[in-house]
Amino acid sequence: MVKFENTNPADFHGVWVFCEQRGGEVNPTAYELLSEGRKLADDLGVELCGLLLGDNVKDLAPAFGGYGADRVLVCEDPLLKEYTTDAYAKVLCDMVMEHKPEVVLIGATNIGRDLGPRCAARLHTGLTADCTHLDVDVAKYKEFLKSTSTMDVEKMQWDMSDKGLKMTRPAFGGHLMATIICPRFRPQMSTVRPGVMQCAPFDQAKADACKVELCPVTLSESDLKTKVLEVVKEAKSAVDLIGAEVVVCVGFGISKDVKTGIELAQQLADALGGVVGASRAVVDAGWLDASHQVGQTGKTVRPKIYIALGISGAIQHKSGMQDSECIIAVNQNGDAPIFEIANYGIVGDLFKIVPEMIEQLKK
Amino acid sequence: MKFIVCVKQVPDTSGVVAVKADGTMDRSRMATITNPDDLNAVEAALALKDQNPEAKVIVVSMGPAPAEGMLRELLAMGCDEAVLVSGREFGGSDTFATSQIIAAAIAHIGLDEDDIIFCGRQAIDGDTAQVGPQIAEKLDLPQVTYAIDLKLEGDKLIVRRQLEDGYMTIETSLPCLVTCIKELNVPRYMTVKGILESFSKPYQVFDYNELKDEPLIELDTIGLKGSPTNVYKSFSPPLKGAGVILDGSPAESVEKLFAALTEKHII
Repeated sequence: MVKFENTNPADFHGVWVFCEQRGGEVNPTAYELLSEGRKLADDLGVELCGLLLGDNVKDLAPAFGGYGADRVLVCEDPLLKEYTTDAYAKVLCDMVMEHKPEVVLIGATNIGRDLGPRCAARLHTGLTADCTHLDVDVAKYKEFLKSTSTMDVEKMQWDMSDKGLKMTRPAFGGHLMATIICPRFRPQMSTVRPGVMQCAPFDQAKADACKVELCPVTLSESDLKTKVLEVVKEAKSAVDLIGAEVVVCVGFGISKDVKTGIELAQQLADALGGVVGASRAVVDAGWLDASHQVGQTGKTVRPKIYIALGISGAIQHKSGMQDSECIIAVNQNGDAPIFEIANYGIVGDLFKIVPEMIEQLKK
Repeated sequence: MKFIVCVKQVPDTSGVVAVKADGTMDRSRMATITNPDDLNAVEAALALKDQNPEAKVIVVSMGPAPAEGMLRELLAMGCDEAVLVSGREFGGSDTFATSQIIAAAIAHIGLDEDDIIFCGRQAIDGDTAQVGPQIAEKLDLPQVTYAIDLKLEGDKLIVRRQLEDGYMTIETSLPCLVTCIKELNVPRYMTVKGILESFSKPYQVFDYNELKDEPLIELDTIGLKGSPTNVYKSFSPPLKGAGVILDGSPAESVEKLFAALTEKHII
């Protein structure tokens, strides 16, 4: 393989978003990342480019413009119809080596977390997983720290001209936040969890103005060491935690009567037009399946109303819901950490409080 | 035929978490465990060995000397050999440099045509899920991540790979690398016989001198110096301003809640 020279940042320009599609359906994370990538590209004064891989997928491309892309590079090949690590990594790396973007963002889906590390290793560059916040501008990063940490930001030394990507993510199960940089190699790569970045409103004029380019692909059967035998979508009614405006989440506090606890949560969710979520403890106990799980190992949600029932609020849980607009906590233990981030707290027995809530909502 | 399992000893982040004054984790004050997903990787290898008794299961871990205790436990579970990759030169490695070193250790053990490498999907201290795929890249092997089922058919491995809304079934040639998740299996326990045998099973330490002639090992690709990523800042996550505690009887507190929500046009 030709050695990829990637140690001179001045050779690299533009922000790229890998726009994931499966079976012709765009993963919503692509739109979230384009919206975030737009801000980074504006701060850098560079182009935002979507990268779309698949077979017969170019009709999906203009929509990416509506979320901020100036240009979409489309790589089509029958061997890209289903995701395989070998084919996608080869095409993504070939494209990066040819076009030299300075930043590459990938959704931290099961596919993105398979593809990202493979490509970063091949390109000899760094990758920061599951980022929750991205900055290139130091002034904006300082503002971010002021609002999210107790550090005395003004007393610290800053190189205000630094335009490197600052990638912030939770570490140690959410007990610490770390901002990671990749100063010596390009591109700077990051995966971002679904639901973490907010989607910009769709702009038809920008979609119409977006340039779509079909790029040649060099790929043959011999590049693939794996074969996809089947892709199965499971019929189980998926809980749309990420899209829900109201999430009623149950924790270990329902343990004294699990069945009633879950029923009450469901009734409250129904009354508010929401869905039921669960803490890790509840999922680990097998009381609700993993599709309900909120938290660092589950889903990240930011609903209008988040109601935590019998959840103590371990940091790993908080990192998955703390950006909710209004957090309401019900817990018997007044010292539970969940009250530290709740807008409204009721110290009491959820088996008494929740029926009262349902009753009053009916009126 | 060999099954090589990569494992990591991690601080138990579900238990007491100790943070030093400078905001970094105080690992010395925390309990350590075998990373949970890695136990599923060990079980996957042992289950495959149950069907292919001629196969050998080798566990490989990178870390400080005390990780020997964890490796002895895995030998007691039924693994045949253990390798600890340990050295000052390896310290401070990010995922890129870590996978470089572990890939070198696997190359040093030697990889045959019918070998399989198993890893856990991710470790609970970093949650990156990067080291598995990066080892595969450095050894130029096919990878299948998020395995929830696997079976060996002739010279192919058939793996069911979890997706968010279902799964895909993948056939891969050997040698290959598979990352495992908890849905794959239930790890077995150590046996008394296993514990007794664990101290006589082969146990090796690979330090820098042992690995330095491997082509993957160069001082600018390992350790802190060889890591493309660096920590820029680290800090404790924020506390939101304290909210309002609504007291009174259940009826009164709920009334206060809905009054506040209505007033702020939240409902």
